[in-house]
Amino acid sequence: MKPGTISWGLLFPIAFTLAFMVRRGGLTPWLAPGMVSLSIFFGSTSMSAMSIVFERRIGSFERLLLYPASYTCVALGKTLSSFFMGILSSLPVLALIFIILKNSIVINPVLLVIALITTTFLSSSFGVLMSFLVKDPSQVMVVFNLIRFPMMFLSDILIPASSMPQALIPIMLLQPLTYITELLRYSITSYYDLVPPTISLIVTIVSSLILIITTGYIIEKQRP
Amino acid sequence: MVSIHRTDISMTGNLMRSNSQCIIVIKELTKDYYNIRAVDHISFCIRKGEIFGFLGPNGAGKTTTVRMLVGLTRITFGEAFICGYDVVRDYRRVRELIGVVPDASNMYSDLTCMENLIFSAKMYRIPRNKRRNKAEELLKFFGLWKYRNTKFKYLSKGLKRRLTIAASLVHDPKVLFLDEPTTGLDVMGRRALWKKLLILRDNGITIFLTTHNVHEAFQLSDRVAIINKGKIVAIGSPSELQRKFSVREVLEISFYPNDIGPSDLYNFVDGAIRVNRKNDHLEIILQDEIRVLKGLLEFAKKTNHSITMIRLRGADAEDLFIRIIGEENA
Ligand SMILES: Nc1ncnc2c1ncn2[C@@H]1O[C@H](COP(=O)(O)OP(=O)(O)O)[C@@H](O)[C@H]1O
Ligand SMILES: [Mg+2]
Repeated sequence: MKPGTISWGLLFPIAFTLAFMVRRGGLTPWLAPGMVSLSIFFGSTSMSAMSIVFERRIGSFERLLLYPASYTCVALGKTLSSFFMGILSSLPVLALIFIILKNSIVINPVLLVIALITTTFLSSSFGVLMSFLVKDPSQVMVVFNLIRFPMMFLSDILIPASSMPQALIPIMLLQPLTYITELLRYSITSYYDLVPPTISLIVTIVSSLILIITTGYIIEKQRP
Repeated sequence: MVSIHRTDISMTGNLMRSNSQCIIVIKELTKDYYNIRAVDHISFCIRKGEIFGFLGPNGAGKTTTVRMLVGLTRITFGEAFICGYDVVRDYRRVRELIGVVPDASNMYSDLTCMENLIFSAKMYRIPRNKRRNKAEELLKFFGLWKYRNTKFKYLSKGLKRRLTIAASLVHDPKVLFLDEPTTGLDVMGRRALWKKLLILRDNGITIFLTTHNVHEAFQLSDRVAIINKGKIVAIGSPSELQRKFSVREVLEISFYPNDIGPSDLYNFVDGAIRVNRKNDHLEIILQDEIRVLKGLLEFAKKTNHSITMIRLRGADAEDLFIRIIGEENA
């Protein structure tokens, strides 16, 4: 694992969660799912950013194109390795939430497992697609954060949709982090803010597939 | 001189139609990078079980050709078939049939030799219970057994190259592509690798080998194609090429005082194809030996030099190469 993966993928979400525990009236049941969503999102996208951009630069990525797999399969393989990182970085945050809030939340364990898998998959496929659009490894974290932070503020991770300016709601609904957070929110607290869980689940699965197919297409077209 | 390539292409054209021995068929393959034409309508055929040497100076288009055949670079125009499969349309099938060793060794640096091979085997979907045996066999064949637990990044250049070749063989490919496999290796490493490639050929693997080293192409290959500026300028077995392009002779000469460079002679030896400095003497590839001799005598007289040695010898592969690709490239 590269330093960027550890600091942005593992430590940043934990630090963020801890920061909420000591400030602003602590980690509330409303905030907790957003912290899981952040850890998944930063964990998986940091992993793909560091590994894919770096591998493409040193040439070992091209090796993967020599194996008898379709371009979509290569995209899927890369998504899976970010997926494990996403799951890994969500575990400490989930543990913290469970320890602190166990008396004030109603977790649906089956849905939580489904939500963790599908949302991590979506966030990984999003990170993988972005990684194929950035060329320079030294810039990758800067570029990623330029995209990730606005996404964080334009979702319902920190501010409930009801407190958001009405004009921003359509933008929220256009980006994956909203659905990721909503699905996790429902599975951790049995409550949703903006999008019903079935819709979130469908959007999450369908958009992951679209992102992976798009990535496969980009890999094919990016050959010199 | 370049015009000869037309006849060669029609010859390979006939081969393509009549000779079922062709394992790789290339038709009019072309690559443009923006406005640079890197490979220009090349057509030829590679026969089953041969070592095919693809010889050319740096920038001739060798790597681009290999990359198009193995699917790493998009083809601008033309088509190619490996074992009858279209390299674009049936790319997955083609990849099962070929092994590719790129010009830079690009295995995973933090994995050991054994781990790298097992990973490759896994990617080629070799059954789990066969992966380790195959890796062991290849490590032993390439003399890497004692490095099996050494990380790739700690291997020497020659060993890295050998492991990269080993990894391209885990799935028993029918065709092996090697892009300048001996570049950067010392003489011993090069010879050792040649021996291995000959054994692989004798085991029935067809080898497509690019090189800029004339001796390598001529000593190792069953047939050689010479590419220059994206075009095939000659193709044939080493002895066919020797015959076809035979340079009559090379004249070696030294002067006293020994301060003459090739450029001093240019105005005097217009019957020469090329003048080289070689160790303590000059080497003149002859076209018209009488004119060259006259010119040299005139030069010696005018500049007050005496000739201390003069010797004629037959042309070797390198002279031939220079003659074929033309002086401006050498
Ligand atoms: N990715 C690329 N983009 C632009 N030009 C390229 C690229 N790769 C190769 N070339 C150009 O194509 C020509 C052939 O290069 P290459 O196939 O690498 O030659 P060789 O392997 O024979 O040395 C060269 O002029 C080279 O500069
Ligand atoms: Mg090359």
